[in-house]
Amino acid sequence: MSAPGSKRRAEITAGDVEHVARLARLALTPDEVDRFTAQLASIFENADAVAALDLDDVPPTAHPLSLSNVFRADEPRPGLSRDEVLAAAPAAEEGWFRVPRILEEP
Amino acid sequence: MSRRYEAVIGLEVHCELATATKLFCACRNEFGAEPNTNVCPVCLGLPGSLPVLNGRAVEFALRFGGVLGFGAPARSIFARKNYFYPDMPKDYQISQYEEPICIDGALEVDGVRVGIERAHLEEDTGKTVHVGGGGRIHEADHSLVDYNRAGVPLMEIVSRPDLRSAEQARAYVQELRGVLLAIGVSDVKMEEGSLRVDANVSLRSEGADELGTKVEIKNMNSLRSLGRAIEFEIDRQAELLEAGEPVAQETRHWNEADGRTHGMRSKEEAFDYRYFPEPDLVPIVPDPQMRARAGERLPELPADRRGRLAREWGISENDARLLVDVAGLAEFAEAAVAALGAGSAKDLVNWCVGEVLGFLNESGLVPGALPLAPDGLAELVDLVAAGSISRAQAKDVLDECLREPKRPRQVVAERGIEQVSDEAELAAVIDDIVAAHPDDVAAYRAADAKVRKKKRGFFMGEAIKATRNQGNPKVLGRLLDERLAGD
Amino acid sequence: MTDPGSINASEIATAVRNGHSAVETVDRCLDAIAARDDELHAFLHVDADAARAAAAAIDERVAAGDDPGALAGVPVALKDNLCVRGAPTTCGSRILEGWRPPYTATVVDRVLAAGAVPIGKTNLDEFAMGSSTENSAFGPTRNPHDPARVPGGSSGGSAAAIAAGFVPLALGSDTGGSIRQPASLCGVVGAKPTYGAVSRHGLIAFASSLDQIGPLAGDVGDAALLLDVISGHDPLDSTSIPDGIPSVSAVLDEGVEGIRVGVVSELTDAEGVQAEVGEAVESAAIALQKAGATVGPVSIPAAVHGLAAYYLIAPAEASSNLARYDGVRYGLRVDADDVATMNARTRASGFGAEVKRRIMLGTYALSAGYYDAYYGQAQRVRTLLIRDFESAYESFDVLLAPTSPTTAFELGAKTADPLAMYLSDVCTILANLAGHPAMSLPFGTGEGGLPIGVQVFAQPLREPEMFRTARVIEESAP
Repeated sequence: MSAPGSKRRAEITAGDVEHVARLARLALTPDEVDRFTAQLASIFENADAVAALDLDDVPPTAHPLSLSNVFRADEPRPGLSRDEVLAAAPAAEEGWFRVPRILEEP
Repeated sequence: MSRRYEAVIGLEVHCELATATKLFCACRNEFGAEPNTNVCPVCLGLPGSLPVLNGRAVEFALRFGGVLGFGAPARSIFARKNYFYPDMPKDYQISQYEEPICIDGALEVDGVRVGIERAHLEEDTGKTVHVGGGGRIHEADHSLVDYNRAGVPLMEIVSRPDLRSAEQARAYVQELRGVLLAIGVSDVKMEEGSLRVDANVSLRSEGADELGTKVEIKNMNSLRSLGRAIEFEIDRQAELLEAGEPVAQETRHWNEADGRTHGMRSKEEAFDYRYFPEPDLVPIVPDPQMRARAGERLPELPADRRGRLAREWGISENDARLLVDVAGLAEFAEAAVAALGAGSAKDLVNWCVGEVLGFLNESGLVPGALPLAPDGLAELVDLVAAGSISRAQAKDVLDECLREPKRPRQVVAERGIEQVSDEAELAAVIDDIVAAHPDDVAAYRAADAKVRKKKRGFFMGEAIKATRNQGNPKVLGRLLDERLAGD
Repeated sequence: MTDPGSINASEIATAVRNGHSAVETVDRCLDAIAARDDELHAFLHVDADAARAAAAAIDERVAAGDDPGALAGVPVALKDNLCVRGAPTTCGSRILEGWRPPYTATVVDRVLAAGAVPIGKTNLDEFAMGSSTENSAFGPTRNPHDPARVPGGSSGGSAAAIAAGFVPLALGSDTGGSIRQPASLCGVVGAKPTYGAVSRHGLIAFASSLDQIGPLAGDVGDAALLLDVISGHDPLDSTSIPDGIPSVSAVLDEGVEGIRVGVVSELTDAEGVQAEVGEAVESAAIALQKAGATVGPVSIPAAVHGLAAYYLIAPAEASSNLARYDGVRYGLRVDADDVATMNARTRASGFGAEVKRRIMLGTYALSAGYYDAYYGQAQRVRTLLIRDFESAYESFDVLLAPTSPTTAFELGAKTADPLAMYLSDVCTILANLAGHPAMSLPFGTGEGGLPIGVQVFAQPLREPEMFRTARVIEESAP
């Protein structure tokens, strides 16, 4: 998370959109990049009004509920059968989900 | 390594918690099941599924926090760590970022206080195997994923960069393992993956304050690998620095086969995990009741036990460490000491860390599986203390008792080796010998110390022979001296 | 246009329990659907055989002396973001086309346990993102009052199904107004309960801290009946309120004597609110006054920042919730040589433009360097809003406002400019941000006979006051 007080941003560029698309694993066409750049820029103009507000002494609300300590007992329950689970898989191999090769490790 | 540099090491230890079920669902937390048979909508991250927190995992984390002096937070929350990888069912991991469950603790390792910055809970990922290309990820044809492990509870323990050598790093992990095992929160088996260690290693000029460039080392699967990898990395970085080259900030993989760390393929950009508080879970607010429950029935920690045994029994720190490090041995010794009569605990410990431990190592047995019960060892020690058998004899007797379910007294009786210590009986033997060798007795009384020693040895030998090796040497010696002195 | 009151859920349940055939009721609904759904496209899937079989089972139980429950034999439509085991559940998206969940949502289990008969899954904006149901990958739904117009969204299919007389009850979901706004545009009743009142287990997530499931029906009484059935604690949802909410059916006719009603000035004066909509709110206020309530204006100052905050929080959470659609375990896969490319192509192909836009918006708002300025700030605006509501509720018991600034707009009228579409939510998002209950009910029609809806808000857990107020408004509706 960013350092406190960093509120202003520069205009959203196509480079920003491409970066975000990579983070979100979305393959965009050049047309889409242009279109989204314009749209996101205009949406963020509204967002900037919020960014500019002085709310330093207002705590954030992550959640409308004020619940805490919701726990579950450590008791096993049956789950799904492997057949059910793999029936939905786009590709499976001997009980495993199959994916194309992985080029990059996290 | 050149003496100009100081190594600065921090360790991130992930341990799998020994709960019955996963962190956010009721699937079994078990190792070795058939692929994709311990799964449900939650741990598969199916659309519409929601996590529900396992209370026992929280208890375990609070217990760990309690024993290592962590400050317990007023509240703790979960956060989403967002990134894409096939072993991640939701393509985000529920972990903790700000407000972890344990903050600011420490572990003493060989007299040095190693700070622990934080410990937090998070869910484990699934497992991938790479098919084709020798199983190495980059040459693979495709990969296979098993989600049995997805959702298993992990506790990530992050030390401060207070470690200064590979040896110290190993000792830290060893000690941490002992604590986790002792408090029953994990079975910490590095070979099964229930304990994983990543290291952050940097070098700086000796005496400098600022830290050097940090390199993360992964893929060390045993304590030995940990030590070797850190040493390699320290040398590697030292060489670079001495050549005036910069150390790149990167993640490197330890390769056990060639004994080197290797840089991983460079990533296009560093991961941006976009952490934000997990909206599907509510905060943990550790109340006094929860803390009390977590602290109930806490066993003694290894360090405390070592100290106590050393004090109580007057044994060396080294012996105390041997007893506590070997699983079950300290328990065995304590039970044996409790059954002692005239024998001393110190004596008993000597037998434990000597012959008994030697046999355990040779046979691969655990103390609980020995044919010899703790009170049997006590019996042996008592026999020696009473003079019924000599130390040399006891060694033989013990050897048999370690292999056969026989009590020491039984063996002694069977062999007929019980030492005779009866004064009257032995006095009679001495009398016989003195009477049988009047010239030697006269020579002894007239001789100097050196000759006396030799003569005495001769008499003792005769006495031992006459008693068929069962005469108590101490008593015989005393009686002999009295006899030779008097008259 | 069928009068929604002609198929009333409580009347059907009573009749079925007394021996009237549930199969006949279901057949009537299926006939209505067959007659007009080709035109309206409220449903994505209808399983007639399963519905008839379920109805027959209900009839058998009644014959055996059993009481099937409060919704005995009542046909119900389910928004297609609710998981039903073995049934197609698409979320209006190609990425889940063909997927059949291996489990059922808690709310659906409860509705079944009360004896209802599920008829089918209704159309929605893809992943519930939209205000017109035009973002469905399978074609839009049309407003039964004027098929050239939108039914609203994202629960447009559910609202249209009620308005067209296809079914008496439907379930929808509401993240920024997705139950209330289509209810308003279609002239039916739609309610979003207090956050945590209804289990989200089995609701395919859009924005986790905002989503709630709620009822749509032809009148306030039926909506109350359905809400009572679906609400209550669920151990499978950590955000579920432990004691649930109080029953609303029980108190429906207690009237509004002494209830203090605040008319939210920022919303009645909001940008783009049509004159006739504002007038409807005024008339509803007068009707409440006549029934014994006191009415006055109230200000929620933070409301002016609500829309901007919503369009930071919702997409941020959505960007994370939708990451799982990666072609690995279920749903669409577009193949490639390596997994990352497969993910990217699958998502590019499977998601529509609005979903992509929101994922990118959300990813950006959470990304390094921007978290504090956007997501962090939006969470602070949320706190301001909650405080403003708390102040308001010191002097008032319920609040009144428009639901939608306009009546139903034409298909295609707002699709060119995302921001124009987002403005439809200006009156509804406040309740989601604060976690408060809110509902919409019809109050007359405007130009072209298009329905107008008015919105009632209440404090958390005060659904009874909210429904009582709505009931009185309904009784005076033109």
